[in-house]
Amino acid sequence: MVTLQLKDLGARYGSTLTVEGVSTPVFSGGELTAVIGPNAAGKSTLFKRIAGLLKGPGEVVLEGNKASPRDAIRYMPQDTHANAVLTVYESVLLAAKQGEGWRVKDTELIEIDQILKALQIDGLAFRNLGELSGGQRQLVSIAQALVRRPEVLMMDEPTSALDLYRQVEVLNFMRDLARRQGTLVLIALHDLNHALRFCRNTMVISGGRLMAAGPSQDVITASMLRDIYRVEARVEACSRGENHVIIDRSAA
Amino acid sequence: MAVSDLIPAEEGRGLYRALAFRRILVICGLIVALAFSFSLDLALGPARYPLSEVLAALIDPSGADLQTRVVLWDIRMPVALMAISVGACLSLAGAQMQTILANPLASPFTLGISAAASFGAALGLVAGVAIFPAAVHYMVPLNAFLMAMAASLFIYLMSTVRGVTVQTIVLLGIALVFTFNALLSLLEYLASEQALAAVVFWTMGSLTKATWGKVMATFAILIVCIPFFARHSWALTALRLGDVKAASFGVNIKSLRLKTLLGVSLLAAIPVSFVGTIGFVGLVGPHIARMLVGEDQRFFLPAAILCGALMLSATSVVSKILLPGAILPIGVITALVGVPFFFVLIFADRRQSW
Repeated sequence: MVTLQLKDLGARYGSTLTVEGVSTPVFSGGELTAVIGPNAAGKSTLFKRIAGLLKGPGEVVLEGNKASPRDAIRYMPQDTHANAVLTVYESVLLAAKQGEGWRVKDTELIEIDQILKALQIDGLAFRNLGELSGGQRQLVSIAQALVRRPEVLMMDEPTSALDLYRQVEVLNFMRDLARRQGTLVLIALHDLNHALRFCRNTMVISGGRLMAAGPSQDVITASMLRDIYRVEARVEACSRGENHVIIDRSAA
Repeated sequence: MAVSDLIPAEEGRGLYRALAFRRILVICGLIVALAFSFSLDLALGPARYPLSEVLAALIDPSGADLQTRVVLWDIRMPVALMAISVGACLSLAGAQMQTILANPLASPFTLGISAAASFGAALGLVAGVAIFPAAVHYMVPLNAFLMAMAASLFIYLMSTVRGVTVQTIVLLGIALVFTFNALLSLLEYLASEQALAAVVFWTMGSLTKATWGKVMATFAILIVCIPFFARHSWALTALRLGDVKAASFGVNIKSLRLKTLLGVSLLAAIPVSFVGTIGFVGLVGPHIARMLVGEDQRFFLPAAILCGALMLSATSVVSKILLPGAILPIGVITALVGVPFFFVLIFADRRQSW
């Protein structure tokens, strides 16, 4: 099963180091790991650095089955609007075929059919990308990320434009997929209750630094919410015994 | 929604295959239309030949009488092939400029390549200045080519500077257009009546000076560029989803954009230096192709080439039908004939527009 560890990792835009000194325990595949933090904390930058899209100091230690980190790691950016004259189906095929020849095999199309169906967007398959809503575009982005069967998948706020039903469906789907395929899924989230419910581990990023990493129940605490998010909040178990974040007010 | 619930779905696969087949049919249709237009272009002129005679002379030149052979092969063939190759080059250049700059208005015009070529030609026609003095005989096309390449290289070098975005490149191109147009106006202001007429005629574009050498040169640049674009067709298509998304797919955006820019510079500079300014094809050819087959470059690339070639070839035919015996500037006729057709396409399928 794939494992990932970050050792003193930093990322720079030009000459500016925007993320630095990120060292984590070893994360294993098969589970979701939440990456949380305030806006502009450096979550997306960290993802891009892990995916090799940005340069910087430190090391990404990856042990898995695929030959190179480039093949093993897939980054799904935040929602990006595209007005290309491409259908949803073509855009997913496009993600699958990068670096390959023109010929499209039946097995590749079957895989796309399965992914679209699993994400319940098979009905959109032949709609143009420009006609999609923000939520639909996010689901297409997830399909594009999944089609390469990555060992490590980093999803940047994949549920931000989805309604509640879709949020729960997508996160359930990702958790099942991770367990079934042994994929290590890092998800940047703003909804901390989703992090508590769906993600075994959580990393907290603030000001370009890793503030905490570990089991979600241990990391998402009232003191962390006060220090990092500047809110007074309680983390309490509900009637089913699951922890939930209850916000009282912003901290003074 | 567990992964175990996944059901093999055949519907999408079948529909995709049908879509791809339809696009191949469209491309085949364009090839047939181009072949027909090319034949008509050969058949029409001061002496008209039946299509059957044209085809017979093409298949077996030795079977045709001397006059027919000379008219078809030596006089009309270079012009007809030049229309095809120039249209193909300009449309392909426009298509890839629009792709890498994510701008529907990008074309050899937008980046100032055509304006630079016009200024280069005018330098020769008005001031008698040969940028490359060793080849004075080819002063006008060589000046145009060298200025077009200088503009392209300027854009190319600027785009390698850190922090320069595609929007900056387009703005730089617009700045070049204004600069070279101002310089051209200055030359026109200073020009003699005769030189002024020559400059004006050159900037309107004309196929009449086609030679076999020029035809070979324009086809050669196509032969060099097409395999490169074909090899990177998935990556070029991914660029249309935005830089971040394309990079997340593993596309080396910077390298691809620079190499493509170099290719389109050659594709734009060489034809413009031979035939003058023909603006409409490079802008609209790609849009027509996009409306017909979408933006998957496996289909878009051949469709853009064929649309450009067909537009210029058909223009040549239409101009011969409308005003027999008259030699009208091809750039002007292309726009006049192409605009109504383009309007029809836009309003027939508004969803497919950029």
